[in-house]
Amino acid sequence: MSQFLQQIVNGLSLGSIYALIALGYTMVYGIIRLINFAHGDIYMVGAFVGYFAFRAGLPLPLVFFLAMAVPALFGLTIEFFAYRPLRKRNAPRIAALITAIGMSLFLENLGILIFSPDPRPFPRVFTNEPIYFAGGVTISIPQILTLAFTSVLMISLTLFIRFTRTGKAMRAVSQDAEAAQLMGVNIDRIISVTFVIGSALAGAAGVMVGILIPRIEPLMGIMPGLKAFVAAVIGGIGVIPGAMLGGMLMGMAETLVTAFISSTWRDAIAFGLLIVILLIKPSGIFGSSSRTKV
Amino acid sequence: METQTTTGLEKAKAVEKWRTHLFPAGLAILILLNILIFMEHLGFSIVSRYYKGILILAFINIILAVSLNLINGITGLFSIGHAGFMAVGAYVSALLSLNMGRWEFVSPQVQAVIQFPLVLLAGGLAAALAGLVIGIPTLRLRGDYLAIATLGFGEIIRVVALNLNITRGARGIASIPNYTSLWWAQLFAVVTVVIIWNIVHSNHGRAMVAIREDEIAAEAMGINTTYYKVLSFTIGAFFAGVAGGLLAHHLTFISPKAFDVLKSIEILLMVVLGGLGSITGSVIAAIVLTALPEVLRFLQAYRMVIYAGTLVVLMIFRPQGLFGRAEVDLTVFKSFFRSRTGEEVTSRPEKRGGNGGSA
Repeated sequence: MSQFLQQIVNGLSLGSIYALIALGYTMVYGIIRLINFAHGDIYMVGAFVGYFAFRAGLPLPLVFFLAMAVPALFGLTIEFFAYRPLRKRNAPRIAALITAIGMSLFLENLGILIFSPDPRPFPRVFTNEPIYFAGGVTISIPQILTLAFTSVLMISLTLFIRFTRTGKAMRAVSQDAEAAQLMGVNIDRIISVTFVIGSALAGAAGVMVGILIPRIEPLMGIMPGLKAFVAAVIGGIGVIPGAMLGGMLMGMAETLVTAFISSTWRDAIAFGLLIVILLIKPSGIFGSSSRTKV
Repeated sequence: METQTTTGLEKAKAVEKWRTHLFPAGLAILILLNILIFMEHLGFSIVSRYYKGILILAFINIILAVSLNLINGITGLFSIGHAGFMAVGAYVSALLSLNMGRWEFVSPQVQAVIQFPLVLLAGGLAAALAGLVIGIPTLRLRGDYLAIATLGFGEIIRVVALNLNITRGARGIASIPNYTSLWWAQLFAVVTVVIIWNIVHSNHGRAMVAIREDEIAAEAMGINTTYYKVLSFTIGAFFAGVAGGLLAHHLTFISPKAFDVLKSIEILLMVVLGGLGSITGSVIAAIVLTALPEVLRFLQAYRMVIYAGTLVVLMIFRPQGLFGRAEVDLTVFKSFFRSRTGEEVTSRPEKRGGNGGSA
């Protein structure tokens, strides 16, 4: 039982990272119906910025600021140079999807070129000394930090989307882009804002994963990226609380499988979950189903 | 829409094109290639071992690209799990080859000749079965969801290969007999292209194209969309399995790592570059993308960055791929030369890919 609880704690901290990445996926998908495959690599960029910032001895808040600002800039640039021209040309959606895959390959290989493909150890900023909880369950400082910072980010995001003008515009665009435009919403600006926020969250996730699992490499974004997308689908794509829940579920499912079955099956559980959810309720847990009209 | 209204004419044109251009051109290239290879037996070694290896890979990639094009380009189902089917074919055929034992009644060479196509066929059938089992539930999904579900299944196949005892996990299977010669690779590539070309230009192919253009309209016209979607998926999976078997008996070593997401994406790139829906485009793109990394070897590390960058630029400026949906034939050169000499260009309407995927 205590081992089970322990795995829940571990799962929550891993899950919060998935949730942060999933938020970016779900926000972008909600607004422009694009699986932004490059999002996982934005997370890698965040991890590397964090790595260099820590190595330079910068204070923690500044590290997080940089690790969110630089990926945000990446997201903005990618949207501007790769996705926007496609949108302006009314290119088929398959072209957009392939562009996203191409962008992802580009970032991965740029990472390999600049940072070399070898994994490097993330600087240990916090001791991994476990703190004892009730019932033999332990939690470490990086885990507490991850959970706390993720909660702060999620609450701020929810408040932002709910109460600011920009947040309202984002919701409007995701509901009906054309109508929003008629109401005077600058769609391009909203899309840029969405990419900036999503990428910043992924960047934060990158630093946190560095602190939690201190090993980073240029291809580290592929698997978490795919799994976070799966998490977004499980929660209901386009729905923000869905991404949070989906991420947490994904993290927990993974740690439980690793602990009680085998770590080599870990990657299968994510996609197994995806297929089950797609077959039972393709719109996800919180999603509302839509019918194709002729 | 054009493809639907002028189907009869289209078919006649396709047959005509096949008879007058593609078949002779393809045959001429193959004969030339085989003469070059055959020179070796006469003492002139023109095609080195290195080039032979690349040619075999090119033929395998042709099978993969053309079969994925049937799914993605012709039927409009966006699948990115082709490497998974390849893995099924590779493992099944490799394990069969290793466990067939020695037949006492024929010489080892004869045994290889009889055994190899059977083993590949078995690998293909196993992959087709996997395609059928995966296709029936997932093909209810559309567009992005289908893409991600096929990607998921591809990954699951890889993880299963990583965990089963019979596939020897991450260590992979080594010392598979090196049966894949240039002749076999060539034969299977030609057979694949001919079969898929004929499927595309048959009634079944037109039903698949109709599904790509508008699934709801196709259904309203009485096409059993589920049946054709699963059929296209299963056939595509079959040929991916055959290609996987060829690859396994070429490299003599396979491990789950060789069949990851990146492999699927690599095949997808060939299809997209050649043009979704263009079989000749896929063939040319498969050859180009096999040769390109070798040619670009001097660029070393920059190679993949340029590769990915080119893809993005291509999508922005020519989202329908190099050849769009048009089949390449000799008239391309004819019209080129005519326009050079000032004559009137033959009116060959190029069907530009207006609306790609069934999004």
